[in-house]
Amino acid sequence: MPAPILEVKSLKKRFGDSIAVDDISFDIQPGEILGLLGPNGAGKTTTIQMLLGLVTPTAGSIHMFGLDLATHREQILQQVNFSSTYISMPYSLTLEENLWVVAKLYGMTDIARRIDEVLKKVEMEDSRTKVTRRLSSGQMTRLALAKAILTEPKILFLDEPTASLDPDIAHKIRALLKEVRKSSGLSVLYTSHNMKEMEEMSDRIIFLQKGKIVAQGTAQEITQRFGQRDLEEVFLKLARES
Amino acid sequence: MKLHRINALVQRHLFLYRRSLPRLMEIFYWPFLDLVVWGFITVYLMKFQGQLPGVVTFFLGALILWDVLFRAQQGITISFLEEIWARNLMNLFASPLKPSEFLAATMVLSIFKVAAVSVVMATCALVFYDYNVFMIGLSLVPFVLNLVITGWVIGVLTTSIIMRYGQEAEVLAWGMVFLFQPISCVFYPIEVLPKWLQAIAWGNPAAHIFEGMRMVLNTSVFPTEHLVWAVGLNLLYFALMVGWFHHTFNVCKERGLLVRVGE
Ligand SMILES: Nc1ncnc2c1ncn2[C@@H]1O[C@H](COP(=O)(O)OP(=O)(O)OP(=O)(O)O)[C@@H](O)[C@H]1O
Ligand SMILES: [Mg+2]
Repeated sequence: MPAPILEVKSLKKRFGDSIAVDDISFDIQPGEILGLLGPNGAGKTTTIQMLLGLVTPTAGSIHMFGLDLATHREQILQQVNFSSTYISMPYSLTLEENLWVVAKLYGMTDIARRIDEVLKKVEMEDSRTKVTRRLSSGQMTRLALAKAILTEPKILFLDEPTASLDPDIAHKIRALLKEVRKSSGLSVLYTSHNMKEMEEMSDRIIFLQKGKIVAQGTAQEITQRFGQRDLEEVFLKLARES
Repeated sequence: MKLHRINALVQRHLFLYRRSLPRLMEIFYWPFLDLVVWGFITVYLMKFQGQLPGVVTFFLGALILWDVLFRAQQGITISFLEEIWARNLMNLFASPLKPSEFLAATMVLSIFKVAAVSVVMATCALVFYDYNVFMIGLSLVPFVLNLVITGWVIGVLTTSIIMRYGQEAEVLAWGMVFLFQPISCVFYPIEVLPKWLQAIAWGNPAAHIFEGMRMVLNTSVFPTEHLVWAVGLNLLYFALMVGWFHHTFNVCKERGLLVRVGE
């Protein structure tokens, strides 16, 4: 097996008295899509925020590309990107202005061509000069995804990336992610409350509950281990047992 | 520090201003109104010229210089607030952007703002009241530079507080400088303050600048000592505030506040 592109060891986050992430370890292989599953408040978002250097871990270590995030933030973040339902992009700027700023932040060249490319990929090439305020929430989600793949990251963190998409676009986005993964060997860590999507997308799934990993493996392995028919039943079983 | 990242942030705000009337008004209309009001006051006061020598030159000059400080501060704090309003902080700080680069970009924006506002005010003062701010002379240059830095110091302080305590501290973006105004001695000499307040005011670089300005206008003597004090205090406070900003930034990452700045 090649060296993991991301390696998390004994990661822990405490906010005051409560523990959001409790001693989790996992890794991601190059080109792998890892699904992070768990009920509300399980610690998924907190984990992703620690991986993005936005939240400082209480304990544990994070390595990407063999580098320690605590000491090589800039080099690492240069090669990752993210999209999240929790954020937005400046409303008063046009789509292309917003993407231009992101591209510049990541030091890209040949920006105009790249913006064309990603807008086509999320089927928004006609909205290039539209002001971001005018987008529907689903279009906003697609813009956030365009932003995430714009910088040609090696690892992508997606926090509920398909939450407000209609089934057709959600399907297309999933296809797009798979295509990008295939063509560029992109690794993805992503969260979703859509079990079907988890089953379809993830090479491997980590089930998080109250900050702890309670199950991991392929969707099939997990459903078998818990003697259930599908991931949704496993989810309900685990969530209700606690 | 990487120039392309600073450039990206500066551009982001220029895109914003280009399309926003209220934001442009902040630069062109409000300073203009300010000047009109104070202009009329000076016109009125001119009737008593005999009793109050140099009062006219004081007021308009002081007003324009005070606005330099105010806009320099706003350039920093409002730029940060814009990112909160746009829910854009996470996009920025999950990118390779460093906090120091963020600050540098807000300082560049602040210089743009100061330049625009100063041109508007100086022109209006000349056109409407026949007042030429450059009559203060060459000492205007170090005065303005120091006021910009004092503005940055207050701006970085305010920004740190908003980052730490959230959007409810947002009013400070407009109010904080006025906390410093009484001890900046903009419109009156420092000796009118009670003794204990004078002692505090001497620790304020802006007070040295405005005292210096009066000295130039009254005596035509270059206020070397005031300038040395202003520069020294500015450098000291600036270093302290930038350090404190970085500290606050780390505290916010520790407590998960960076991703939650908002109401
Ligand atoms: N900045 C913070 N301060 C205090 N507690 C926090 C903070 N951020 C998260 N938490 C707590 O940490 C726990 C995990 O939250 P997190 O957002 O990571 O969950 P999640 O798995 O993403 O949930 P959801 O499915 O609802 O998005 C929750 O109990 C939450 O209240
Ligand atoms: Mg979440």
